[in-house]
Amino acid sequence: MRQYPQVLFKNRKPNRVATLDEYRESGGYQALEKFIGGGISPKEIIRLVSESGLLGRGGAGFPAGKKWAAVPDSGAFPRYLAANGDEMEPGTFKDRMLIHVDPHCIIEGMILSGYSFSASKAFFFVRPSYESSAVIFERELEYARQAGFLGNNILGADFSFDIVVHRSGGRYICGEASALLNAIMGKRANPIKPPPYATEKGLWDKPTVVNNVETLANVPHILRNGPEWFKGLSATPDGAGTKIYCISGKVKVPGAVELPMGTRLSEIIDEHCGGMTPGSEFKACLPGGASTRFMRREHYDIRMDFEDLKTIGNRLGTAAIMVFDHKTCLVGATLNLVEFFARESCGWCTPCREGLPYMRDLLWRIENGEGEEEFIPNLRRLCKEVWNSYCALAPGAAEPVISLLDFFEDEVRQHISQKGCPFHAEAGH
Amino acid sequence: MLPDDLKLKLQKMIAGAESPREKAIDVMFEIQELQGWMSDEAMVEAAVLLGMTPLELEELATFYDYIYRSPVGKYVIKVCDSTVCWLEGHQRVIDYISARAGVAMGGTSPDGTFTLLPVCCIGYCDRAPAMVINKRVYGKLTPEKIDRILDKLAHKAEFDESE
Repeated sequence: MRQYPQVLFKNRKPNRVATLDEYRESGGYQALEKFIGGGISPKEIIRLVSESGLLGRGGAGFPAGKKWAAVPDSGAFPRYLAANGDEMEPGTFKDRMLIHVDPHCIIEGMILSGYSFSASKAFFFVRPSYESSAVIFERELEYARQAGFLGNNILGADFSFDIVVHRSGGRYICGEASALLNAIMGKRANPIKPPPYATEKGLWDKPTVVNNVETLANVPHILRNGPEWFKGLSATPDGAGTKIYCISGKVKVPGAVELPMGTRLSEIIDEHCGGMTPGSEFKACLPGGASTRFMRREHYDIRMDFEDLKTIGNRLGTAAIMVFDHKTCLVGATLNLVEFFARESCGWCTPCREGLPYMRDLLWRIENGEGEEEFIPNLRRLCKEVWNSYCALAPGAAEPVISLLDFFEDEVRQHISQKGCPFHAEAGH
Repeated sequence: MLPDDLKLKLQKMIAGAESPREKAIDVMFEIQELQGWMSDEAMVEAAVLLGMTPLELEELATFYDYIYRSPVGKYVIKVCDSTVCWLEGHQRVIDYISARAGVAMGGTSPDGTFTLLPVCCIGYCDRAPAMVINKRVYGKLTPEKIDRILDKLAHKAEFDESE
């Protein structure tokens, strides 16, 4: 197994969380002391992070520095930061790992990010099934406060900042940045369509930035070691940094691994996950969570980064790789995915609220022996029409469906002609 | 109806927020901690504390997976039914729990100990199949492990994940 520099997982310990002291011994809070304690201009942080090429790790891949720079200088106060730890994209558990490995790395990243656009308060948004993570985070926040890294006039500077944990009641849509803001404000978590952008009018109409937890965790390391160092961590010349890949499904050792951005899928599975589960052959995977497309064996050697996946019409998403073997029915898998999206639709707009259950119904019929030829063009039409919806949830739901039809149409047709699932007896679903 | 000490705790919690309704979920979680679910009376009292109408609070209560508007058992078992758990046989987990605890999906056991519900991906795909019971997660489920977990809970004991 090839070994690579560990940045975010540097302090990873078996079965316990790294302490504040351990984080500091590994260079933690040095960036905070240098930039905030040293009174360096917030603009310099934005410049360095922009130069590093850090792209948002929550799925969309938006440049992190650009997001902070979008807060206008003339913007109102107070300003808010929201760390998105909702992480309900199926297959994704990297933020949970980060909290359980090195929480101070996230805390320092949040303080520095807040400093970059003069925020005074941050919300750490966390889902109910991560209650253990929320408890860890609250405990460590208190240690950071005692050490003088949070609170009024941090390290004597003219900058005051605090972080609170915001517990969610548990819905996938809360991970959508604008819905997340509604959720924090105690409103029903429907998405809001810009303009105005949250960076101008977000929480309580004040400038607000929403960053993913993994994005934030990268910030202290970039500021301490420089943008060039960060770019050099990537396996590809155009990429930057490391990436936490979450691998689950039919591999021998599922889990989260930190590897250079752009590591090949073959290396991730064969070396870092011990290969496929015994008796399993790779059939397909979803490369970046539930709202990406099935990727076939022919792309087994692809570099797992934003650009390479884009060239084959796919997305890196959250880099949550769900691996399916030759015994998995992909109609069944797609049905399961669409059921997830149909259930988690917030119900705000018609194409999503009505379109997803319709897709689910057609897939259910195909899987259960009631499929008809005309369902295939109907599904294709629905995949297009859900793009009329208000946010990205329904178009995301269409991704596995369209790729099922594009790459595994034979399997779909087999279900229809045989009036049932050819895998059913074998897989036991 | 809410005990005074809880009311005080909630008022303090709300006072520390940017705006009262920001704490709506926390308030409902605290009340559920005490009585298991959000009764109509509790909804009205919570809404008053939060400066919301009961209807506004209802919009949230019915929206979220972890807020219950009907009585639930002492332990709410939510079995993950999203992709990776599906792949690893979540249906067998549901069937096993259902038979063992004498509770159908969506129902509560006759002794009021267990409620069985489905839940979307809980973010423990590396330990599939997984479930969450009262916000605590249990992974790599087998019939033997489920037996041990449910036995311990039924006897008010803590289950140690290393077991």
